[in-house]
Amino acid sequence: MDQPIIRLTGVCKSYGDNEVVKDLNLEIMPGEFLTILGPSGCGKTTTLRMIAGFEEVTKGQVFLAGVDVADKKPYERDVNTVFQNYALFPHMNVFKNVAFGLVEQRIPKAEIKERVQAALKLVRLEGMDNRMPSQMSGGQKQRVAIARALVLKPKVLLLDEPLGALDLKLRKQMQHELKHLQQELGITFVYVTHDQEEALTMSDRIAVMNAGVMEQLGAPEQIYNHPATRFVADFIGESNIMEAYVDSITESGIKCVMEFGDFTIRRGDYADEEMLYICVRPENLRFTAEPVAGFNLFGKIKEHIFMGSICKTIVKLPNDQEVFRTAPPSDGLLPMDSVVHLSWRPTECSILRTKEEQIYNVIESSVEMEGFDARQIL
Amino acid sequence: MADIDAKIQAKKRRNRLLFNSAAITYGSLIYLFLYLPILIVILFSFNTSRMNLTFQGFTFDWWGSMFSNRTLLESFYNSIIVAGASTILSVIIGTLGAVGMYKFEFKLKSVLSNSLYIPIAIPEIVFGISLLMFFSSLHVQTGMVTMIIAHVTFSMPFVLITVRARIAGHDRALEEAAKDLGAGESHTFFRVTLPCIMPGIISGGMLALTLSLDDVIISAFTNGPDAKTLPIKILELSRRGVPPDAYALSTLMIIGTVVIMLSSQLVQNRMLKKRGEETVSP
Repeated sequence: MDQPIIRLTGVCKSYGDNEVVKDLNLEIMPGEFLTILGPSGCGKTTTLRMIAGFEEVTKGQVFLAGVDVADKKPYERDVNTVFQNYALFPHMNVFKNVAFGLVEQRIPKAEIKERVQAALKLVRLEGMDNRMPSQMSGGQKQRVAIARALVLKPKVLLLDEPLGALDLKLRKQMQHELKHLQQELGITFVYVTHDQEEALTMSDRIAVMNAGVMEQLGAPEQIYNHPATRFVADFIGESNIMEAYVDSITESGIKCVMEFGDFTIRRGDYADEEMLYICVRPENLRFTAEPVAGFNLFGKIKEHIFMGSICKTIVKLPNDQEVFRTAPPSDGLLPMDSVVHLSWRPTECSILRTKEEQIYNVIESSVEMEGFDARQIL
Repeated sequence: MADIDAKIQAKKRRNRLLFNSAAITYGSLIYLFLYLPILIVILFSFNTSRMNLTFQGFTFDWWGSMFSNRTLLESFYNSIIVAGASTILSVIIGTLGAVGMYKFEFKLKSVLSNSLYIPIAIPEIVFGISLLMFFSSLHVQTGMVTMIIAHVTFSMPFVLITVRARIAGHDRALEEAAKDLGAGESHTFFRVTLPCIMPGIISGGMLALTLSLDDVIISAFTNGPDAKTLPIKILELSRRGVPPDAYALSTLMIIGTVVIMLSSQLVQNRMLKKRGEETVSP
């Protein structure tokens, strides 16, 4: 197994009393596309800036290719950054912007020219050498910023919400281009975003951060299907989260009781009376006219919202909580105010439990998730 | 109906005409008021008469004699030296000050930054007297050096404030980007920070240059017997009637000022235009 290209051990960052990043441990492998995902203010950008060297680490260590970089300035680190607002030099044309780092390295002129042309070709900006940044669109500026960083052939490229300023269509296109670029060049990408969809589409692994803590680290499918914490379940995609407690444990399963009904889960080492949080993705929630074995939950159809490719149906439970289902509109709509029974496949729900005041996931069906132990994460 | 409409239209047109002609007359008067004295100086530098009451004939004599008037030329050179040296010094000190205030947080920063306005706001005569007292208490003979120091003290705050205004809109990520791409502290400054704030430095420098060139009061307190600037010299001469060769020299200075002003604006505008920023109008 390769050695990680980036290793953060016990990294903390605080400004005065304000702890922005708390005890972060993260290993990033060579060639990996790792996304740090979280809401604004969760410490994701700070983490990236500590790797780049713009912020000092309060506690803990950052290793780049096995070397502790505590006393290395940004210009001594073998990583390059693509900034949120591009940060192109306004007084330089495209060629000079891209050549900036090569000039610093005192590379011969002919080689600079060659490498800049190659980099511009890579981001499909051939022939734009003499353009000034002010004459370019947002998407083009972003490409220049990427070329400027890639031309130095860094081991790691750090990207700080690089697509945040672009419109939706361009953003989708750039997502694909970035992913292809990363696969083609085999460079490690550390990508910071608050856009969960972006993270799910592009990443090999996602680190979800909240309030300075990494709540889950895993492949996009793991994060989506088996959120480790209530925050992750809420933040990534949409979730119906229902509270229930363990009523009785019998041979046939564990009976969970809610305020307005009950259902049975097959196994798990839950304690009596334990509080559980059941997360069901809206696409996994099923509505039926007749009760399904094991489930005794029902509600009233309150609203249908047509959203193009899917239709969202909101159901009000007897305790006034609203849950919703998404399904293709072709599936047919049940009439308003009709009573429906709720159910889901046991493998399609996540059960989170409270432990040491943390809500965490117990993966119920260990069959599909071999090699992934949620207990280790939190 | 149509008749009334036409009448209203005609009245509107008349009113507009009246307004336009009033505006044009007013504007012309303002500009006449501003530029007539200057035009008279230029005109009388070509007058055959020594007395500047009437224009009697055209001559280049004064332009010729100007170049042989040693004291006048000397004071002209002094002006150039004082203005040049004080501008360079105040641009360097002012720019470093502005960059320092931008980069670092320190105690009493706001006090320091507000105190910059004191030399600007204080009456020049007070400033002049205090500088004279300062130099004499140190037993320094006033002359070119004291004048240069004095000019730096009053023009440096202008440079600092102008450059600081420019830096305020500066994106800190640019410096980070430069360092990220391998540039050390000094390369980051000279390749990124300095070019970015150059338009501000040029405006500040121009301000310092013009302030220094036409300063009379502070120069009057800090000059020495052998070091007089042109404004001081002309003031001295004017007590006995201004010689026409001083007109010629003044005309030369007007032309020089206009050329410097226009060219600096041209350079600044080219910089700003390249970066897609709003240009300054002359």
